[in-house]
Amino acid sequence: MPYPEELKKLIKVVESTRAERVARKLKNEEVPFLSLDARTDRLKYHPDFKDEGRHELSIGPSKGYKIAHEMAEVLEAHSRVNPADVNLIKTDYETDVLVLGGGGAGTSAAILAVENGCKVIIATKLRHGDANTMMAEGGIQAATKGHKDSPYFHYLDIMGGGHFNNVPELAETLANNAPSAIKWLENQGCNFSKYPDGTMKTIHGGGTSRKRMHYAADITGAEIMRTIRDEARNHSDDIQVLEFSPAVELILNEKGECAGAVLYNMETEEYITVKAKSIVMATGGSGRLHIQGFMTTNHYGATADGIVMAYRAGVKVCFLHTVQYHPTGIVFPEQAEGILITEKFRGSGANLVNIEGQQFVNEREPRDVEAASIIKECIEDGKGVPTPSGKVGIWLDSPMIENLAGPGTVEREFPGKFILYKRFGIDISKEPMLIYPTLHYQNGGLEFKNTGHTSLPGLFVAGEVGGGIHGENRLMGNSLLDIIVYGRIAGKSAADFANENANGSKLSLEHVIKYNEEADKAGIAKDKVAPMLLPDYTDARIREKQLTSHYVGTMR
Amino acid sequence: MTEVKAVEIKAKLIPIYIMGKKYEVPETLTIMKAIEYAGYRYIRGCGCRGGVCGACSTVYRKPGSYKIMSGLACQTVVEPDMYLTQIPFYPAIRSTYNFEELTGKPEEVFDLYQELFRCVACNACSKVCPMDVEVMDYISALKRGDIKAAAEISFDCIQCGLCASRCMGELPQYHIAQLARRINGRYLTPQAEHLKTMVANIESGRYQESLTGLKVMDINMLKETYTARELEPATGGEDWTPKENIGL
Repeated sequence: MPYPEELKKLIKVVESTRAERVARKLKNEEVPFLSLDARTDRLKYHPDFKDEGRHELSIGPSKGYKIAHEMAEVLEAHSRVNPADVNLIKTDYETDVLVLGGGGAGTSAAILAVENGCKVIIATKLRHGDANTMMAEGGIQAATKGHKDSPYFHYLDIMGGGHFNNVPELAETLANNAPSAIKWLENQGCNFSKYPDGTMKTIHGGGTSRKRMHYAADITGAEIMRTIRDEARNHSDDIQVLEFSPAVELILNEKGECAGAVLYNMETEEYITVKAKSIVMATGGSGRLHIQGFMTTNHYGATADGIVMAYRAGVKVCFLHTVQYHPTGIVFPEQAEGILITEKFRGSGANLVNIEGQQFVNEREPRDVEAASIIKECIEDGKGVPTPSGKVGIWLDSPMIENLAGPGTVEREFPGKFILYKRFGIDISKEPMLIYPTLHYQNGGLEFKNTGHTSLPGLFVAGEVGGGIHGENRLMGNSLLDIIVYGRIAGKSAADFANENANGSKLSLEHVIKYNEEADKAGIAKDKVAPMLLPDYTDARIREKQLTSHYVGTMR
Repeated sequence: MTEVKAVEIKAKLIPIYIMGKKYEVPETLTIMKAIEYAGYRYIRGCGCRGGVCGACSTVYRKPGSYKIMSGLACQTVVEPDMYLTQIPFYPAIRSTYNFEELTGKPEEVFDLYQELFRCVACNACSKVCPMDVEVMDYISALKRGDIKAAAEISFDCIQCGLCASRCMGELPQYHIAQLARRINGRYLTPQAEHLKTMVANIESGRYQESLTGLKVMDINMLKETYTARELEPATGGEDWTPKENIGL
């Protein structure tokens, strides 16, 4: 779907101010960054600050904590399966380390657990590698250039981006282990974009003080995911992957340790059990809960499952009161709606401009400030660009990258997005993109320590399912980093736990029975069940004719 | 606001044939959304919904043409009378290897994938690739022993497996390309020296004191330090250095 005439006219306006904006950029005359106070003021336009969108958790270890309705509802829900029906005497599988989730964090953890002498089972909802990791485009942060950068500056940026509320030890571990994570990936054969002498190319991202964003063209996450998945497959004797079999409950033992999980084979509809000496929770985020009705950049299975299971088993949640909206999701063409446009476009110099062709914010503010600024410009100031599908958006002026870095740069540096738009008849090296904030990342999650440990012995956390590293707002390039750094840490810690602790003998789902009772007492409707597993996009007109279908939550 | 709504039927409905069966769907939808609109519920055949995971490869034909077309269901817009099926899985054999023991010699690839030489250069693989990867070209490069070229040509591969499904020589192209890219990244591209130096510096504890200083700093002081930190200019080159060497 090429841009219709009315949008082409508006693109002329963007073009009319481009030369001047490029000239300013070349002279380093940027739109000033907002002060910390001005940031706070701007954030009032952020969806997190809509109080009617949230309620206090009525049950569980973080009872009283106010978070988005959609997240609170899955945390308060009943179990999918009646715990009494699950056979815990004879388990279907037994292993040393059970990894829940087959994305970047789970895969890194599995490789490290094997290196430390363990047998591993990865249980994952979709295929191995179908995860948000695969979708991360822009890059991975690490202070690798000692003449200008260090973990000191990386740490400062992480804290500032998170509004200084991050858990300091988690942020420190992230910054300190970043270069060794990149080194590990380089050793695995990841194709980072490099200069001929092997120096890695690095650029800015929102909220970075130094150019430390490493990348592999514009498919950094895919390059990382496919490389470490390939390595996991080289260890197929030690790593068994159970696809389309998401976990629905954790299993504990008589010592109160985490000792396995109940999985649901979505294809055969069987519930199966795995006994393990330790468990790595790496189930990722929750974009498919569509908080406040927003579209999402997340993959099909991002439904907060790990948080739900661990919360029932007594692990507290934190930082879930903030959700990250990526400033730049596609708002037109309609069929690509919600798809992420990497921050690397802005890191490479593309301005955000309104319907008048004017800049209204520096394009490298932290994501929440950037998203709030876009929402303000469109909703409050009425300077958004109306789309043919009745939405509103802002221009991301990609063609100016060609002016700044030379013709052909957009196609070379952003091949994925270039092809995507080309299919719609739009050449993004010549025409700007129309964007609006889209639900992107779960800043918060399960409480955990910088060793991967949680309050539940035997349960370790890695990746987006954990909370605290990024405080109230994650910077670009720190999530790919998070999954590798903490995936490796959790894998090692889980292996150590498995090697040192004999497994308990008696498995139990007593905690689930108790949680269901608590939900009953709080008056939670019986048909509210979680984990959600998959969103339901069945059209209402179909649903009303499904006369004999039985839905448990969103699943038929 | 970009909000989720039930599909409004204001767009024109067009007929498409899902595995041979006719459904009327809004013409603005992608194949994936059209299949859901028709009433199907995905378990397989749907992953990232953003064009990079390779779960939803689809083949189709259009009326009046003998050609087999391909695309990703999440990225391809429906067309009238499109006759389609998704191919959520296609078996392909992958060789297991010890990556640490490789050296980057072409013979290593030949040994692991002897079927490489069964390629008859028919180009069916390139024609069916939904990412427009020149699959046959990278296979040819590998046959010549040019692993670097194969790595570069195959870079946009999403490993959906459509190439393997069409291959006369029965090659698992996308697994071979994965091996080529890893060998290129590790053995055929110079390693980053600055990275080695930084890892060693961190291990030697060079930054620990300054970092601990930040960690224990009072929040107001931390905010001041943050605000005062020197920003590398957007247009600065590789050799830019900050004015002060605090924290370095």
